[in-house]
Amino acid sequence: MMEKMIFGRYVPADSVIHRMDPRSKLIIVLLFVCVVFIANNAITYGALVVYTLLMLAMSKVPMRFVFGGLKLVFILIIFTFLMHIFLTREGPIIFELGWFKVYEEGLRQGIFISLRFFLLILITSILTLTTAPIAITDGLESLLGPLKKLKFPVHELALMMSIALRFIPTLMEETDKIMKAQSARGVEFSSGPVKDRVMAIIPLLIPLFVSSFKRAEELATAMEARGYRGGDGRTRYRKLVWSGIDTLMLLLLLALTILLIIFRT
Amino acid sequence: MKNSLVQIRNLSFKYDENADYALKDVTFDIYEGEWLAIVGHNGSGKSTMAKLLNGLNFPKEGSITVDGLLLSEETVWDIRDKIGMVFQNPDNQFVGTTVQDDVAFGLENHGIEREEMIKRVHNALESVKMEQFLDQEPHHLSGGQKQRVAIAGVLALRPNIIVLDEATSMLDPRGREEVLETIRQLKASQEMTVISITHDLEEAAKADRMIVMNKGQLYREGSPEDIFQLDEELISLGLDIPFPVKMSKMLKGLNIPVSKHHLSEEELVEELWTSHLKM
Ligand SMILES: Nc1ncnc2c1ncn2[C@@H]1O[C@H](COP(=O)(O)OP(=O)(O)OP(=O)(O)O)[C@@H](O)[C@H]1O
Ligand SMILES: [Mg+2]
Repeated sequence: MMEKMIFGRYVPADSVIHRMDPRSKLIIVLLFVCVVFIANNAITYGALVVYTLLMLAMSKVPMRFVFGGLKLVFILIIFTFLMHIFLTREGPIIFELGWFKVYEEGLRQGIFISLRFFLLILITSILTLTTAPIAITDGLESLLGPLKKLKFPVHELALMMSIALRFIPTLMEETDKIMKAQSARGVEFSSGPVKDRVMAIIPLLIPLFVSSFKRAEELATAMEARGYRGGDGRTRYRKLVWSGIDTLMLLLLLALTILLIIFRT
Repeated sequence: MKNSLVQIRNLSFKYDENADYALKDVTFDIYEGEWLAIVGHNGSGKSTMAKLLNGLNFPKEGSITVDGLLLSEETVWDIRDKIGMVFQNPDNQFVGTTVQDDVAFGLENHGIEREEMIKRVHNALESVKMEQFLDQEPHHLSGGQKQRVAIAGVLALRPNIIVLDEATSMLDPRGREEVLETIRQLKASQEMTVISITHDLEEAAKADRMIVMNKGQLYREGSPEDIFQLDEELISLGLDIPFPVKMSKMLKGLNIPVSKHHLSEEELVEELWTSHLKM
């Protein structure tokens, strides 16, 4: 559960998007975040929607996976929309009911801003749904590579991320075990007043912390025993391959950008 | 006797200045190609010994020489290349996110070319019979399978010596047998020296040689036959004796002629069913 919350919900499949290099996907998402802000009218937003839906279709990820995890996001989007409807007071009034007035500008902004928000979420979901977390880590490490010259600990961060990924299921299992052990000793995790339930976390967290430190120490010993001595002089087993699809996809985004610049008002 | 591969001389170690010695004046040799079992009560210094051997800790006094190299800050990485270690907890030594990544971890550390890595990862996994699990994630593997992956990770680095620090103690009997069988086959096929730290005396009984540790000191060194002759003494050291040995002794006590104290159940059964009991 938690694994899904933190690291997206990778859905293995064989699609164009799945086969893309994680680096190109990361670059595209990053650029898309900027490109979205160019749009300012119906045509340009329309183009963004078409592009995003095209990506979604190419990813072959079933809709229920895409929208399943977005409930909270929808609430946020609706909230943003309503905020604009209620608070923006510009342009002619288009609807009036007693004290409640909707202005044209409010409606326009409400739609555009929540749409922008929605598209950003959708495109990042496509990234996490089609890319294994470890591949995202590899991609980030490779993209941030140049920062090594500035003494930025790229390798260490990537290693931390991959170890975190590796240990999440282990720690989830352990949490489950500790919860059961503490329940057997009379701790209530799922009923009673909120205050008690919050307090019940303590006998869960403390053993979890203690054992995590022990794990960390043993893992460090095991790594050292296998010759780990930092990032210098290490080779890589996983290999990222930049293919024609990746270049093509970047060009597609470039085309979209040009289109947006031409048609914006 | 075979060639001495590791010489440990007057080794002493403390974790803390004020603490007691975790190891005190330990001297012994490890011979090429042998299976050496180290036994002893909890806290007798077995794991400390293993960590010193690999330079994970440095001795306060005494010296360790591995394959002609004296262990020091300068040689520690070369010595680590010669000695592979498998630890007790299967989860806490699994570094990679998948089986093949984990096996490759040590190779990556040594800066080995990718082509070569792929070959070695596959070979190593094949020799522990885990090649069909290449992309499996650790939480989908059993404890025994994880330990076999850990062994593959060590094998890929081609060490001369493999140290198992209670590597089977968290496994069920089936997993334990799987792992030991893997090691036995590897030892036979690749001329490896195996040092097995264990509480399982049945396993120790199958070793070529045994070392008994007591309170940080080397208590006795010898063949399993010799060591299990000690019986009462072993029990006073917090150890037990394997069931077949106990059984042979009891049979003797009942005046049933058993030729010797058998170390394995098969041997004992073999003698019993072929003997002509005159009762
Ligand atoms: N990291 C440490 N810091 C301080 N003291 C330690 C540490 N590890 C072990 N010791 C102490 O050193 C002594 C020897 O411990 P060691 O772990 O070598 O025993 P062992 O024979 O491996 O025991 P076991 O059978 O329980 O694994 C013990 O008294 C122990 O308390
Ligand atoms: Mg130990």
